[in-house]
Amino acid sequence: MENEEPQEWQDYEDGLALLPDDGKKHFFDDKKNVRKVIRILFICCAILFLLDAVFLFEHKHLNFAEGEFPAEGWFGFFGFYGFVACVLLVLLAKHVMRTLLMRKEDYYDE
Amino acid sequence: MMNSLHPSLVLFAGALILPLLGGKARKGVLILTPVLGFINLIFLEPGAGMPLVFMGFALDMVRVDKLSLLFGYLFHLAAFIGCIYAIQVKDRIQLVSALLYAGSAVGVVFAGDLLTLFIFWEMLALTSVFLIWARRTESSFFSGVRYLLLHVSSGLLLLAGAAWQYHETGSLAFELMTLNGLGPWMIFLAFGIKCAFPFLHTWLVDSYPEATPVGTVFLSSFTTKAAVYALARGFPGTEELVVIGTIMAMFPIFFAVIENDLRRVLGYSMINQIGFMVVGIGIGTPLAINGAVAHAFNDVIFKGLLFMSMGAVLLRTGRIKGTELGGLYKSMPITASFCLVGAASISAFPLFSGFVSKSMVMAAVGIEGHLWVWLFLLFASAGVFHHAGIKIPFFAFFAHDSGIRTKEAPVSMLVAMGLAAFLCIFNGTFPALLYSLLPYPVDYVPYTLTHIVTQTQLLCFSALAFTTLVLLGIYPREMRAINLDFDWFYRKGGRLIYRGSEMFLNTLNSSIFEKFLPELVGQLRRFFREAPSHMLVGLLTPVWVIQSKSPSELRDKKEDLYQKTRLGALPIGVTACLAVLLLGILFLF
Repeated sequence: MENEEPQEWQDYEDGLALLPDDGKKHFFDDKKNVRKVIRILFICCAILFLLDAVFLFEHKHLNFAEGEFPAEGWFGFFGFYGFVACVLLVLLAKHVMRTLLMRKEDYYDE
Repeated sequence: MMNSLHPSLVLFAGALILPLLGGKARKGVLILTPVLGFINLIFLEPGAGMPLVFMGFALDMVRVDKLSLLFGYLFHLAAFIGCIYAIQVKDRIQLVSALLYAGSAVGVVFAGDLLTLFIFWEMLALTSVFLIWARRTESSFFSGVRYLLLHVSSGLLLLAGAAWQYHETGSLAFELMTLNGLGPWMIFLAFGIKCAFPFLHTWLVDSYPEATPVGTVFLSSFTTKAAVYALARGFPGTEELVVIGTIMAMFPIFFAVIENDLRRVLGYSMINQIGFMVVGIGIGTPLAINGAVAHAFNDVIFKGLLFMSMGAVLLRTGRIKGTELGGLYKSMPITASFCLVGAASISAFPLFSGFVSKSMVMAAVGIEGHLWVWLFLLFASAGVFHHAGIKIPFFAFFAHDSGIRTKEAPVSMLVAMGLAAFLCIFNGTFPALLYSLLPYPVDYVPYTLTHIVTQTQLLCFSALAFTTLVLLGIYPREMRAINLDFDWFYRKGGRLIYRGSEMFLNTLNSSIFEKFLPELVGQLRRFFREAPSHMLVGLLTPVWVIQSKSPSELRDKKEDLYQKTRLGALPIGVTACLAVLLLGILFLF
């Protein structure tokens, strides 16, 4: 499908501005920089995961009372939970929600 | 007695003066109005009231305590930031309705009785819809109509509930209620519509993406937060809210992942954030209420910031769909960095505002031992980072280069976004000021080693999941499509009713018109024209026969009578008519 015409803004003193490309190279045009950012993220994750070792010596403040939900104190619980939650979220949204609920953009205009 | 005006009045006055002015004067009034309103607010003393007897009802227009004051400050702050953002708007309708709308929201949070609440509640709906219509497109018009439909229903429910309460208790005071009768349930539902409870939420994701760039910034600040205030005032500790809030936090994140319109993504993430507040209100302990209110405060600022950044993108490029954007960090680097601050705040990174408020709700849920609720909310926390924290900035400013080159956002918009970004970081780094404004004393410490490590771990691993899925090509591409939501039932269902009734009623109508009408009317016409003369002739013929008229005379008499009755020219008719005229003249003079 073709892109729609961009909306003009009559009510603004300084609105729509579409300019030609000036040909300048930007930070992420270099794939090396993208890889660098991803590498930093991996390193952060590794450090944060290992930081949980601090709580082998330090008391971990749990949200729940003692014995109610011990899994909260497990090594790397939050990292694991976050990762699994996001993967589940994306897979469910992609495969279940899109199949059931996705319609053409003009669905309601027919 | 009070030393201040009613807190809404300053904003209303500004809205009334605004259209008379042009150029710099209008800009000045626009900025000054929320400032003056704020100064007026500072002079309000806690415990002060504005009692009023209206048609025998004891009303209290203004109730000042820590809860209402906090929301009062918040709404003035939001109006101030919004007005700076809107300063280059030439459309007076938008500016006037924005100020009236802000004033109505302030009126809601200070209302001490249900009737005053109802009046401001309805004004909230009526003034805000113009911000949607101001886009002046066909789809925004119809979206505004649907918005109005739901919000006016909310107002009517509130009125009916208030009447019921008055009947039951003899008082209109807006105080703590329990769900033990039809009245409180109607009021609860009225709040629920504005608060975007599940199935009642569709107006939000339907209309916010349809409003103007400036309009959505105002819309996102007031309506839902006024409803959060109303729930915190009327229904704290209501168990049902815990379940409702958990659903609100969960379901929108799935929609947000597959939604293409970036302002609609923000709409869904807004429902998700309100879910946390609703859970907090439902738990009802001081820590939970504090958390809910603090999160409402922070949410107005960071959600406003995100909507402002998307508004700037829409303004500059005329586009807002993920499929059409990308690579804008090249042209709008400052807007992009403000957007990232908003994203970090909504995701609750340490040093950003979400971190110090959302965790209060989570902690309260843990203390009360609601394990499932806590697990769902943690899921939602990871999810919100995924779609609002990563998806919004990623698809607008990074991702693949869309080839669009534009100018940085106008200076006024950058100033507004900068102010909001500053507040996000300030509240996140120095939460003491915000905590001191909360309704209950705070002994919660957000910055513990455990909290910092676990929260950062949660978020970084969510980012890791996003990156991995994108690199593996599993992450769903943005698609030019819409996703059905619960409004399908009234948008398509409404059409079904319309078509059904059209078929039934129009068929009935035309069949009556074609078959029944011409014959029946003809018959009736003949009957009324000829029956009196036939009856008269029938009556008079024996008389004439007795008078022994000749057959030709008889025929003439009959003809004459037919003629006169048909024309109504009988002497008796004429006499009666003259008598009526005479009586009329006598009566008049």
